[in-house]
Amino acid sequence: MVDMQVNIGKLVLKNPVTTASGCFGYGSEYTDFMDISRLGAVFTKAVTGENREGNPAPRMAETPSGMLNSVGLQNKGVDYFIEHIYPVLRQYDTVFIANVSGSTLDEYVEVAGKINDLSGIPAIELNISCPNVKKGGMVFGTNRQSAAEVVKAVRKVYDKTLIIKLSPNVASIPDFAKTAEGAGADAISLINTLLAMAIDAEKRKPVLATVTGGLSGPAVKPVALRMVWEAYHSVSIPVIGIGGISNATDAIEFLLAGATAIQVGTANFIDPQVSVKILEGLKEYMERHHFSSVSQITGNLEMPEGFERFRPKTF
Amino acid sequence: MSVKKKIENLLVTANRRLNSEYFELILQSNESLPGILPGQFAELKVDHTEHTFLRRPISFYDVNTDKSEVHLLIQEVGEGTRRLGQLEAGEFLNMIYPLGHSFTITEGTTFLLVSGGVGIAPMLLLGRKLKEAGKTPVFLFGFRSEKQWFDLSRFEALGEVFITTEDGSIGEKGLVTSHRVMNTGRFDGYYTCGPVPMMKAVSSIAASRDIFCEASLENTMACGIGACLTCAQPTVHGMKMACTDGPVFNTKELLW
Repeated sequence: MVDMQVNIGKLVLKNPVTTASGCFGYGSEYTDFMDISRLGAVFTKAVTGENREGNPAPRMAETPSGMLNSVGLQNKGVDYFIEHIYPVLRQYDTVFIANVSGSTLDEYVEVAGKINDLSGIPAIELNISCPNVKKGGMVFGTNRQSAAEVVKAVRKVYDKTLIIKLSPNVASIPDFAKTAEGAGADAISLINTLLAMAIDAEKRKPVLATVTGGLSGPAVKPVALRMVWEAYHSVSIPVIGIGGISNATDAIEFLLAGATAIQVGTANFIDPQVSVKILEGLKEYMERHHFSSVSQITGNLEMPEGFERFRPKTF
Repeated sequence: MSVKKKIENLLVTANRRLNSEYFELILQSNESLPGILPGQFAELKVDHTEHTFLRRPISFYDVNTDKSEVHLLIQEVGEGTRRLGQLEAGEFLNMIYPLGHSFTITEGTTFLLVSGGVGIAPMLLLGRKLKEAGKTPVFLFGFRSEKQWFDLSRFEALGEVFITTEDGSIGEKGLVTSHRVMNTGRFDGYYTCGPVPMMKAVSSIAASRDIFCEASLENTMACGIGACLTCAQPTVHGMKMACTDGPVFNTKELLW
């Protein structure tokens, strides 16, 4: 019997396999295919202060080993979430972590404050890294001062586990990881999508209505892995690894790079059962490698000889 | 309300080439089929290659409940559909189904089913359901040219079939909306599937006659089950998802 339990701040997860925000709806979309209570947690679709219609279509482009999206935080707002979605989530024996976003600092604070009152939501993931909105989102996550301000402001109104979702669209991940930690985050999750573009050569037009969008899927995995590894060596709070994880081996690589838990994102679209397959594969790996606890894998990377200590690259 | 969605490997029992662009895949389940309604679709797994990553959403062409078989009519438009076209009997295809909101069988007796190109796919199952409901389906199919035409006897068994081609190589020359059958007042409603400009034109004729009209959209989508929110469709009731609220919409609701 292997111990799969992990701790993220005050939060105890039954295992490190979770599903990423925007890639798993509110969980109920997947209950026809799997038992969602087997997951460590489900990160919900982003919640904002007011109803958002999102961006115009087309919002998706298939790219080599990945896809672009420009959904733009479509959701019905925090009050609708509390009134209509939260009661449904409570029916499942699953940890739900709300992904919180906004256009302004006040909006982040308002949403976080309202969700703080929900006893069934033990943590939030602060989305300061969405590349698909004009205001807020990545604007906060790519400037250290605004990142620090929003995290500090939310920290004041939110007393449960606060996870900050970092953007990969920055020069130095260690800088932003430290900023989040210094501002009071209990954990960081990374990476959100990479700002990207697709062009239809025949039509001589951008594929997405918003021209640019966020790249996800296996195409981003090596970039994400490097960033998780850098973040792990920069902070002492837990790191949640995200980026193209499509099978148990991918998940294990992220744990070895330093992740305490992982999120499965785009892969859910291709195989709605992939997250439970990853969980089973992880258990099998632990047995084969004689790990009794999943926490023993985190950061357990044998570095090349002469690579004495970690030196985060700065650009 | 909705039937439980399944993910399943179905056995390819036949792959029939209909013309240079279209093929018909016949897939068999080893269980009894869930209820499949006209206009619903499946998400088909294609191998992950340099050019293909996501599943391909394909609507149901026909269903044989007794044999647990589904038929899919597919046009080769890119690498994903080309690979599906290479499937051979005996192979398996992973499929998530049945997905989406179907066409509505409504009041009235005579209905025109108007398609363009591969938009013909959901019309066979729809025609059969209409016929079973005691109604009269009439088919109007637009093709680019004779090259897209194939044996339409399964449609002819259900009702009258009219054809237009853009180059006049078969049927009446021109677009479906200029076909004489569209200019008759004999229909209680239209069902349409095909290119958006064609469906919009059919929808405005329906509006001018104040009759029922439903259109099946094929917005670009990833998951097919309402999670990714990429297949957005603006409607009078706000933003809807083509995969779960559609793909079939009453055209009065659409903002397009």
